[in-house]
Amino acid sequence: MIDLRELYQEVILDHNRQPRNFRVPEHPQRQAEGYNPLCGDKITVYVHVDQGQIRDVSFKGAGCAISQASASLMTEAVLGKSLAEARSLFEGFHHLLTDEGSGPSTGGDLGKLEVFSGVREYPMRVKCATLAWHTLKSALEDESATVSTESPNPTPSGGP
Amino acid sequence: MVKTEATLVAPSLDPGLLRPDFPALDQKIHGHPLVYLDNAATTQKPTAVLRALDRYYRRDCSNVHRGVHTLSQRSTASYESARGIVQRFLGSSSDREIVFVRGATEGINLVARSFLGPRLEPGDEVLVTAMEHHANIVPWQLVCKAAGARLRVLPMDDRGELRLEELGKVLTERTRLLAAVHVSNALGTVNPVEELVAAARQRGVPVLLDGAQAVPHKAVNVEALGCDFYVFSGHKAFGPTGIGVLWGRREHLETMEPYQGGGDMIVTVGFEGSTFREPPARFEAGTPNIAGAIGLGAALEYLEELGLPQIEAYEAELLSYATQRIGSLPGIRLIGTARRKAGVLSFVVEGVHPHDVGTILDQRGVAVRVGHHCAQPVMAHFGVPATVRASFAFYNTRFEVDALEQGLREVKEIFGP
Repeated sequence: MIDLRELYQEVILDHNRQPRNFRVPEHPQRQAEGYNPLCGDKITVYVHVDQGQIRDVSFKGAGCAISQASASLMTEAVLGKSLAEARSLFEGFHHLLTDEGSGPSTGGDLGKLEVFSGVREYPMRVKCATLAWHTLKSALEDESATVSTESPNPTPSGGP
Repeated sequence: MVKTEATLVAPSLDPGLLRPDFPALDQKIHGHPLVYLDNAATTQKPTAVLRALDRYYRRDCSNVHRGVHTLSQRSTASYESARGIVQRFLGSSSDREIVFVRGATEGINLVARSFLGPRLEPGDEVLVTAMEHHANIVPWQLVCKAAGARLRVLPMDDRGELRLEELGKVLTERTRLLAAVHVSNALGTVNPVEELVAAARQRGVPVLLDGAQAVPHKAVNVEALGCDFYVFSGHKAFGPTGIGVLWGRREHLETMEPYQGGGDMIVTVGFEGSTFREPPARFEAGTPNIAGAIGLGAALEYLEELGLPQIEAYEAELLSYATQRIGSLPGIRLIGTARRKAGVLSFVVEGVHPHDVGTILDQRGVAVRVGHHCAQPVMAHFGVPATVRASFAFYNTRFEVDALEQGLREVKEIFGP
């Protein structure tokens, strides 16, 4: 049996209770919305990029503990990073969540983000953890459209 | 407290004796006995249904309405006999009024396309209620958009009861159809459909009732209800997936255009044109879900044997117990507290997203639905993105309610005060 504490680690619960960088900037430079229609998670990520570097990043929204904590920890992780570094973090994070059997440290130094390693045991929850990252990616690419976990290619989960 | 008249007359039903009829209930999930409380999504299947499917595929497998050979005669007889069971189950006067479809959703789409669509004119209105499943909203929106008609909504109050006093405002001379849910999937509200039907009929407005959550829980008689169309899904009534029923008044079905074209629904086909069969064949193009229909027949017979009044009485008591136990936990807000309810306990846990609740409960073997239950307008009404929904069937027990309660205590432990 999987211990629920592996999933709901104290760091995750803490970031869920008190999300960091949870604010709308006065003059948003880039932003994108993310939406998971299966559970109703909605998030807006704001990012300020200057000379290829993330100078500010914040978010607003509502969702489950995994998605809120993931967004919060993401903002801490990518702040001050270059776009390439942020992309590489997302790749490492994605790898951490989805690649069975691989060690938690294969995607480079993920630091605090490794608290999400337990999510790997809960395939239905992977999207909760990656929503903020997909939304950040969209904001960085300056796409105005809402990111949905369910489009354009619907997944088999969900339903009435 | 949920009480019904049936409580007074019916002998009690013993789930302990019935549970062995449902093989899927007997398993462990993450080391705990499965507590299946997601019956509004789909129900488990009794061996009677599994045997009927098995028998069809092992012994009688052939197409219907075509061959002269023995297997085809057997499968045709079983398929049409299932139609007869549905007719009896719904209290319909003719098996010609029973159309097999994929589920309630397809039944509604069929009525929208073949009945309402051709009759809609710009400025016309279709009336739905505030607690509809998406399946009873979107098909009407599609035909309304095509015709320049509009959808109107009968509102509900904060208990999750329809505000009948508003009916006079939204049921107008432009209303061409009233589509209402019999029992709400998200809230469990049993709607006063008799009153809705009476008000609509007074204005000559036909009524479609979505019975997906009613048929598994209570006796339904379409003649007594007085509606024009009634739909339900087999898989929510202990039958197979992919089969459902549209009941429609014969005088309506006979005037309706085909829904899909294909084999088995035609009289003659020529390249200059084709003619179509009488209902229900007109609406069953192609090889139907033969096994599904036969399985559904077996499921409905199983329900009849148990007795719908007995089922209703038992579930009312179980729901009342669950409402009391779960509702009295600290930090729980019940969503949907109508005076007449069936089968559903929807709630949110203060400070914890339903998704997290669902994951924790699953680790304790308790299966509930978390999400918007395909009823986003209902969620919006109550100001929540999603709820946790425990939905019951007659095979659920008080012990299982206790397991749910224990799981919710654990949620509070993990997430703290």
